[in-house]
Amino acid sequence: MRGYFQGRKNLYLTIGGGLLITLLLVFIITPIIGLLFRTTPEQFLASLSDPVVWNALVLSLITASLSTLIIIGVGTPVAWINARHRYPGRELVDTLIDLPLVLPPTVAGLALLMAFGRMGLIGGFFYEFGISIAFTTLAVVIAQIFVSLPFYIRQARASFEQLDTTYELAARSLGSTSLPTFFTVILPLVKSGLIAGAIMSFARALGEFGATIMFAGNFQGRTQTMPLAIYTTMQGDLNASITLSVILVLISFVVIALVKYRLRGDVRC
Amino acid sequence: MLEVAVRRNLRDYTLEAAFNVGSGETFVLIGENGAGKSSLLFLLSGLLSPESGRISIGERALYDGAYGIDVPAEARDIGFVFQNYAIFPHLTVFENVAFGLRRRKVQASEIRSRVEEHLALLSLENLSAVRADQLSGGERQRTALARALVIAPALLLLDEPVSALDAVAQERMRSELRNYVRRADIPCIAVTHSFRDALSLGDRIGVMERGRIVQNGTPDEMRRSGNEFLHQFFCECRQEHGSH
Repeated sequence: MRGYFQGRKNLYLTIGGGLLITLLLVFIITPIIGLLFRTTPEQFLASLSDPVVWNALVLSLITASLSTLIIIGVGTPVAWINARHRYPGRELVDTLIDLPLVLPPTVAGLALLMAFGRMGLIGGFFYEFGISIAFTTLAVVIAQIFVSLPFYIRQARASFEQLDTTYELAARSLGSTSLPTFFTVILPLVKSGLIAGAIMSFARALGEFGATIMFAGNFQGRTQTMPLAIYTTMQGDLNASITLSVILVLISFVVIALVKYRLRGDVRC
Repeated sequence: MLEVAVRRNLRDYTLEAAFNVGSGETFVLIGENGAGKSSLLFLLSGLLSPESGRISIGERALYDGAYGIDVPAEARDIGFVFQNYAIFPHLTVFENVAFGLRRRKVQASEIRSRVEEHLALLSLENLSAVRADQLSGGERQRTALARALVIAPALLLLDEPVSALDAVAQERMRSELRNYVRRADIPCIAVTHSFRDALSLGDRIGVMERGRIVQNGTPDEMRRSGNEFLHQFFCECRQEHGSH
């Protein structure tokens, strides 16, 4: 009897679970299919030559790449230090690095404006020398770095923490000082994790909207990245808007595929 | 001659050890898990710092608490084979063995000849170009040993040196290790759980308990003495012999 009820229970669970998963998939996939079906290949290609689309695409790719490179340069040593060294305030640093993850992007944008705007703490100083930061391409990059930094640092730190410390000890005992050890042993062993983190950061930077529009404004060719262009063109030229969206969807798919593939790549011995 | 007198507080007890190991001599440390055997190897290699004491090889002081000498691990020229080998998985066997020589900026032609010589010594010639993450346990162990020996170390530290090999290979490795240490005329310390290792590898055996070397003598002397731990060891050994 018990087996019978057990079997029944499992059946209900299977049906329930299957239904839930199907619902979830439909919920995620329908909007994306809707987007893809609203355009034809001809329209898509025609929109690509639209200067608004073209400018936004180029600006987005350049700024997001630049942000990601800066994040890798600054974030890698910070992630390493936080993974391997104890110092007073490490937890605080970690918490602050994660802050942009939960901060609403518009708040981040306003905060950046308060800091780097003409009247701001840092911006005011630069403005004395005739340099303004807000509402420039530089502001776009700053906004992107601010919001996407945690994605890289979190992943990098986790990768460093997972790495067995005896590799470093073995390298030391063989005569290797810290920098050569870092570049010849540690970096190659966590490479996949770091690349996955960089891809996540790049994707977040590419999709950045709120902080950018608040802090950098919405000027075509200068600060109008793809998400901003989608929002702007939606009110007039829906085709351009959809073309840009489709590009971002495609990039997102590639990003997810790359991250999945990459995270599996780190060697373990 | 390696001369050691060190002291360091560990989590559960104080590690305090004083002993000498002559050149060409192999000193085997046996003891239960957590007796401080591996910690002692880490102290000698410089990967862990003593709180006081002195470590010297011949005329060269590696650590001297009184004079503030503490040579960093990377400058001690000590060959260390770790318990998990710590073979670099992303490098080939050749590059693993060449690692210490490259860090020392040895000329490429000399690297090639010294690495090949050590690959041959440990029967690894055919695996030279294989990535280390493709190796079996025994092959990794031999690679680790070749990597430690190729730098011509002033002291050899082995944590469970033959555990990953099969019985026949163990026997061969023990005698080769012993010959190598004699030929190179360097002190060698091997940590082991296996009494067979201790008997056939050790010129002298030290028994560790809670951070101290409670007995230290030749295999024969040890056999005659009455340590409870050793009795257990011998009993196990007899059983081992009985069952095989």
